[in-house]
Amino acid sequence: MTDKLSRSVVAVAGCGGIGSNAAVSLVRAGIGELIIADMDIIEASNLNRQYFFADEIGLKKVFTLKSRLNSINQDCRITAYNVEIVREDVKKLFGAADILIEAFDNAESKQWLIEEWASLYPDRPVVSGNGLSGYGNFESIKIRRSGNIYFCGDGTSELADGLCSARVAIISNIQANLAIELLMKIKEAAV
Amino acid sequence: MAEIIVNGHKISWKEGMTVQDVLDAMKYTFKLIIVKVNGELVKREMYGSYSVPDNADVEVNHLISGG
Repeated sequence: MTDKLSRSVVAVAGCGGIGSNAAVSLVRAGIGELIIADMDIIEASNLNRQYFFADEIGLKKVFTLKSRLNSINQDCRITAYNVEIVREDVKKLFGAADILIEAFDNAESKQWLIEEWASLYPDRPVVSGNGLSGYGNFESIKIRRSGNIYFCGDGTSELADGLCSARVAIISNIQANLAIELLMKIKEAAV
Repeated sequence: MAEIIVNGHKISWKEGMTVQDVLDAMKYTFKLIIVKVNGELVKREMYGSYSVPDNADVEVNHLISGG
């Protein structure tokens, strides 16, 4: 397993609640190369669910996360882009990846990112977070598949329900878990 | 009768029906979605011009903010 994952490249678009937690699990699992991108700095309001710490407030998310991830596994090659991700740059930023983890917070951006990835790389999976607000209600969480597009979450909970660490972590780890499963299949097929 | 399937529901099909016509017929209120027709992705800007063929299988997945 480790051998296959070490030959895998995963892109994580967005380093907030989904992205930071999913990236940690992917790096712990032994992913060989990770591409992370986000333009934000760490704010106090992020600490209730994102993989950041109080003494990191004010720092750039991608560079801070890269440092944390390499503290977990120094062998993981991490490319960190501190940029606003725009549709036109999807190929340039993430084109080297076997799989994309969609970890944006707003639905408008999720839409163009998924559309762009699925158009550019119809054979490569995109794993999207979709409905992860609130707490409890575990039974509502599902993975819905549409070809190589995977939607993880309850599909209904809105931001007004508030974001809570446990549920965000569950869904980001479902995404990481699914990405690992898909990578194992991709790398097995490539042998 | 000419029909298409939208998220598992059968609806009647009309010649020249576009993705936007299908969304209107289904009375979907959510704006941010990913649409596939017979497994092929239809980008947002194509909803008004992409013709849905008879017997098509249309998937509409709606997207929710939060991450």
